[in-house]
Amino acid sequence: MNLKAFLALIRRELRLALRHSADTLAALLFFILCGSLFPLALGPSPSLLHRMAPGIIWVCALLASLLPLDRLFSAELEDGALDHLLLAGLSPGFVALAKILSHWLTTGLPLLLAAAPLSLMLGGSPHDLPSLILGLALGTPLLSLLGGMAAALVLGARRGGVLLPLLVLPLATPVLIFGAAAADTGLSGRGFGPEIDFLGAFLALALVFCPLAAGSGLKAACS
Amino acid sequence: MSGFSSPSAPFLHVNDITVIRGGRLVLKNVSFFLDHGEALLLTGPNGAGKSTLLRVLAGLCPIQAGSFTLGGLRGGIPEQAQDIAYLGHLDALKPGLTLHENLALEARIAGSKCDKALETLDLVELADLPTRLLSAGQKRRGAFARILLRQAPLWLLDEPSLGLDTRAIETLGRVMAAHRANGGMIIATTHIPLPCREPVPLFSDSRRHSREPEGIPGPDTPRTSSCPAS
Repeated sequence: MNLKAFLALIRRELRLALRHSADTLAALLFFILCGSLFPLALGPSPSLLHRMAPGIIWVCALLASLLPLDRLFSAELEDGALDHLLLAGLSPGFVALAKILSHWLTTGLPLLLAAAPLSLMLGGSPHDLPSLILGLALGTPLLSLLGGMAAALVLGARRGGVLLPLLVLPLATPVLIFGAAAADTGLSGRGFGPEIDFLGAFLALALVFCPLAAGSGLKAACS
Repeated sequence: MSGFSSPSAPFLHVNDITVIRGGRLVLKNVSFFLDHGEALLLTGPNGAGKSTLLRVLAGLCPIQAGSFTLGGLRGGIPEQAQDIAYLGHLDALKPGLTLHENLALEARIAGSKCDKALETLDLVELADLPTRLLSAGQKRRGAFARILLRQAPLWLLDEPSLGLDTRAIETLGRVMAAHRANGGMIIATTHIPLPCREPVPLFSDSRRHSREPEGIPGPDTPRTSSCPAS
């Protein structure tokens, strides 16, 4: 692998994200807004909110990380930049991995940082946080990988935007289940359960296969 | 064909390429050679497959039959990308970024200097403007700067003169002549005559390898015409 080209690609993505900071912040704002709506709908009972906080945070994180996926590759395809990315001297899988990694850095990482204040806002206590944050630290890259793969596969398809959540959400359900369950065991003070192990195993698997599938999607869309 | 490049073998060897896209036969049995210092102009009606041929050579479009080699190695693999500079019909400039920032990726990968390429194409004053403020011709020149930055021997240019004024076309001709004088190769599609027949002093004794595509040159096959280097 050509590390110089890989880092140059990530640098380019971060520069683009910085320049279009409104788009980058949209996912984060959605996450926080969506999370703050639940107390209004469920009522202010602290015990109820505390009980539901892990689920709320995980669902909000899943939906927020879906938001920028639609434009992840399609913007590059439309203006012809995808050709140049594929000619950067990297195999398509690594091009996809660079894009996915940048998606995580600009969407997943901010969500991870905002999760702690949101959890406290929903009546969580500081010792609920480790299992929630650890779960999200494994889960948000997973969501980026699954989402990036789906975004590359529907690239160039008509109504790709509609197809995308239909593809990602079923794939993301195990992440949601184990992530929320991990945060739940944290609530009852039982430390880290096997759910974290499952998330780690998913991540290891997805890290290998998702960029490969995404790469062949990119190549097919380009030809 | 052996996997090793001999000094006498042409750099680009295209052998009986056939391409089918969307169920339509786009290229049929296209063969040609291109060696250092030579240029090939692809002309033909819209939809004749000129752009497809360029995309095939850039490794962006799969081929159904045939093969091509670049410098003795099989074409179309990621490692070959550094030998190729491709200018598509889209400029691929992000409207929110300046020209400098748009070109940073190529400059970083090839380790070349942005300023020199911008100076060659008269873009220095525009380099720090967001590209959404540039005119179509200026954007085209900005996209062409990418070609210079890659420092690749083979240039694949899809309508390089699109939207350019006469002065910019002259510059384009000069840049292309200089590239060939340094042993570079150019394959360009065009609808207007490109200024590529200027005398090139360094290459006085160049062999011509390019020839008409073999097979049946039906209406769907792009015509290739080569520009002698001198």
